[in-house]
Amino acid sequence: MEHTVKVANPIKPKQYKSAIKPVWCPGCGHYAVLNAITKALAQLALANEQVALLSGIGCSSRVPAYTSVYGFHGIHGRALALASGLKAARPELTVLVAGGDGDGLSIGGNHFIHACRRNMDMTYIIMDNEVYGMTKGQASPTTAPDWTKSKLTPHGTGLRPFQPAALALAAGASFIARGFSGDPNGLARMLVAAIEHKGFSVVQALSPCPTFRPEHMDWKHQIRAFEHDSTGDAILAAQRIQADDGQSTGIIYQRELPVWQPITRNSGSIDQFEQEFCV
Amino acid sequence: MPSTQRQDLSIAITGSGGAGVVSAGTLLLDMAAELGHYGLMRKAYGPQIRGGESAALLRLSTRPVHCMDDGFDLLLALDWQNTDRFAAEIPLSADSLIIADPAAGEIPAAISQSGAQIEPLPLKALAGETEGGRANMVALGLLARWLGFDHSAAQALIGAAYAGKGETIVSNSLASFERGFDTVLKHPPAQVLSTGGSAAPRWQLSGNEGCGLGALRGGVRFAAAYPITPASEMLEWLAPRLEQLGGSLLQAEDELASINMVIGASYGGVPAMTATSGPGLALMLEGFGLAIASETPVVVVNVMRGGPSTGIPTKSEQTDLNIALYGMHGDAPHLVLAALDTADCVFCTEWAVRLSEALQAAAIVLSDQGLAQSRALIDQPERRALQIPPRSLATDDGPYLRYALTEDGVSPMAIPGLENGMYTADGLEHAQSGKPSSAAADHSAQLDKRQRKLENHDYGADWAETSGGGDTAIITWGSSTGAAREARQRLAEAGHEVRLISMRLLLPASVEAMNKALEGVGRIVVVEQSHSQQFYHYLRAYYDLDVAIEVLARPGPLPITPGEIVNRILQQG
Ligand SMILES: Cc1ncc(C[n+]2csc(CCOP(=O)(O)OP(=O)(O)O)c2C)c(N)n1
Ligand code: SF4
Repeated sequence: MEHTVKVANPIKPKQYKSAIKPVWCPGCGHYAVLNAITKALAQLALANEQVALLSGIGCSSRVPAYTSVYGFHGIHGRALALASGLKAARPELTVLVAGGDGDGLSIGGNHFIHACRRNMDMTYIIMDNEVYGMTKGQASPTTAPDWTKSKLTPHGTGLRPFQPAALALAAGASFIARGFSGDPNGLARMLVAAIEHKGFSVVQALSPCPTFRPEHMDWKHQIRAFEHDSTGDAILAAQRIQADDGQSTGIIYQRELPVWQPITRNSGSIDQFEQEFCV
Repeated sequence: MPSTQRQDLSIAITGSGGAGVVSAGTLLLDMAAELGHYGLMRKAYGPQIRGGESAALLRLSTRPVHCMDDGFDLLLALDWQNTDRFAAEIPLSADSLIIADPAAGEIPAAISQSGAQIEPLPLKALAGETEGGRANMVALGLLARWLGFDHSAAQALIGAAYAGKGETIVSNSLASFERGFDTVLKHPPAQVLSTGGSAAPRWQLSGNEGCGLGALRGGVRFAAAYPITPASEMLEWLAPRLEQLGGSLLQAEDELASINMVIGASYGGVPAMTATSGPGLALMLEGFGLAIASETPVVVVNVMRGGPSTGIPTKSEQTDLNIALYGMHGDAPHLVLAALDTADCVFCTEWAVRLSEALQAAAIVLSDQGLAQSRALIDQPERRALQIPPRSLATDDGPYLRYALTEDGVSPMAIPGLENGMYTADGLEHAQSGKPSSAAADHSAQLDKRQRKLENHDYGADWAETSGGGDTAIITWGSSTGAAREARQRLAEAGHEVRLISMRLLLPASVEAMNKALEGVGRIVVVEQSHSQQFYHYLRAYYDLDVAIEVLARPGPLPITPGEIVNRILQQG
């Protein structure tokens, strides 16, 4: 990946923020994820116009408008497809994608596994609050089976939640990390590594929703770093993910895998194609 | 029997899939081209992937042809496997001739009841006389002789067609061709094609290839798509060619992805398209709405097939009109265009791409299985220089408002990489800056702008193809144009002048142009291939048609024929 370095002076994260005030509730974890994103961009000193941040729909997906890079607030679940098209057409751009656990793992689940498999060079931030915030508190694919607070699932979902890291690993992602909005500096460091990684990097950012999952404000007492450094061994990574309760943070898996980008060249002309029709 | 000279001949070659009827048909088209003729080959095949039945339905003519004729002069059957399944697509009469191999068994009743004359011919045995012989090449030899093709020219074409398959295949094919060429029929066909065609340069192409070419001419350099019959050949044609033009085609995981990928690429400044058919279009529409709201130019070529649901995937129907016109949620102005014939697949798609780029609009181009998978032998299409500006791009100076309220409704677009153009494209309603807004004033201003840019554009004379005169008008659209043109011509030759209006641009509606085209008309006959009369209802919804209207509407898979339209016009005094 090529990063255009713009100026020599240290760049402030503020340079990547827009003047638009977020719609998020007070205390929402998404503020810190936004800060981590702008910190990472500042650390990498990327030129604003060379970065695109694309998203779907959800509280989390509002994030592009709060930055001052090129943004696209698309439709629910399709941000990865939007980004894959952009990256295919404009490989020199730094492409970031952000959205919620519902956006990425429920309605957008198919795009998620295929983006992992395709391994294009971009970074995907899943802002995981284990709930649908925007639609006022329904269960998401990462919600615990016995969470009964949604009127839609009064008995809880009764379903085992997805473990995003396990899903990403199985689908072929080449970089998998888990961070926490309660540690924005750590999350920013992870995002720097993810952006620098060549290939599809998945960063699950645990980001509590105080409005619909107030109990998650306890995450700050529960979440801790993984004991291990990252591995490039998929079996080991799978073991660590499965052995964990989903609340350990760090870069879990990182491996150089073939990065996909469509093959293209300049070797033909339309006139020549038209000749093929002549009889 | 002395043979009569004809301007047209219709020939059906049938056989089980893999028997090579389409290869024989394609070669026959090539031969017709050498003689200066025109032609059309429609492929009929069943649902089987390999095997099953297939037919090459050919019409060769001394004049340009854009539809099948009302009946067939000759049916050449290599075998009868499942032929009854498409017997209805091969109307025969007592004037027709059937050449069939007695070894293939009894002629199905659905075929023989036509009363056509039958010439038994041991095609398999003739093929068996030479090593690796092929019955389809025997048939080709027979037809080549009948149609007066030069022996050595035919041989050269076969040699070229099979060159890639190795010398043995070429020599085996040639040997079978000879067997057919030397066969003397007991009942030679009573008609032959007039000689002396025109020497104008010809193209042989399918509608799918035509749409692909039009897209490239329009500037498309990125495509994303999910395979679906009958659009896949367009994608197969485009993939290597986009790659050679510095672009690419991405096979997406589904149509939800395709449309969003295309929007992403176009947002990145690269003109982009996707192609699909009804079921895929249904999946794309939420994304299409995003293209409209975010004002990202995209083109979707939708190749219609029988619906609803999986319907009849291999057969044609004009029934995705409603979804193309009305499938969007919200007030969502967009372009809907329809290709009128094979050459028009090129023009119409190029036009759609250029309009979509200039107006930052989302466009649907409607083609159909009949157009898309038929091969046509046509005059080389002219290449018009379209006076449509390219996408309006933002420049570096000044504060940037992505959705600025301009007079013509088109706001300059910043492409990632432009230093001071950063903005967030949004499917949420927004203010001029792109900032999400639910304010009534912003909503109505942006709705107005998105409508204005489409409605204020001057589409010129291309909204429809109009011809003829008189106080009766045929109004049709898309691929029914071929049959309607021919009906109009036959009626004119018989002294009945009628007008023909074939619509190419369906949205935005050309109300004034339509009013003008209908001045003095007292009777309208609407022609379309749809059971529920989708096109008729569209006309009723958008145009002021206060004269007597009749509707000739019926579903696929049988194509509308010129004779059918002529009969309808003549039915009333
Ligand atoms: C096609 C479609 N279906 C449903 C919705 C409604 N919807 C909007 S956001 C959302 C879920 C958001 O949850 P998540 O992605 O986890 O993000 P969060 O709001 O929690 O950050 C849903 C169901 C929609 N916008 N589009
Ligand atoms: S509802 Fe939850 S996720 Fe949405 S903004 Fe409020 S706190 Fe954040």
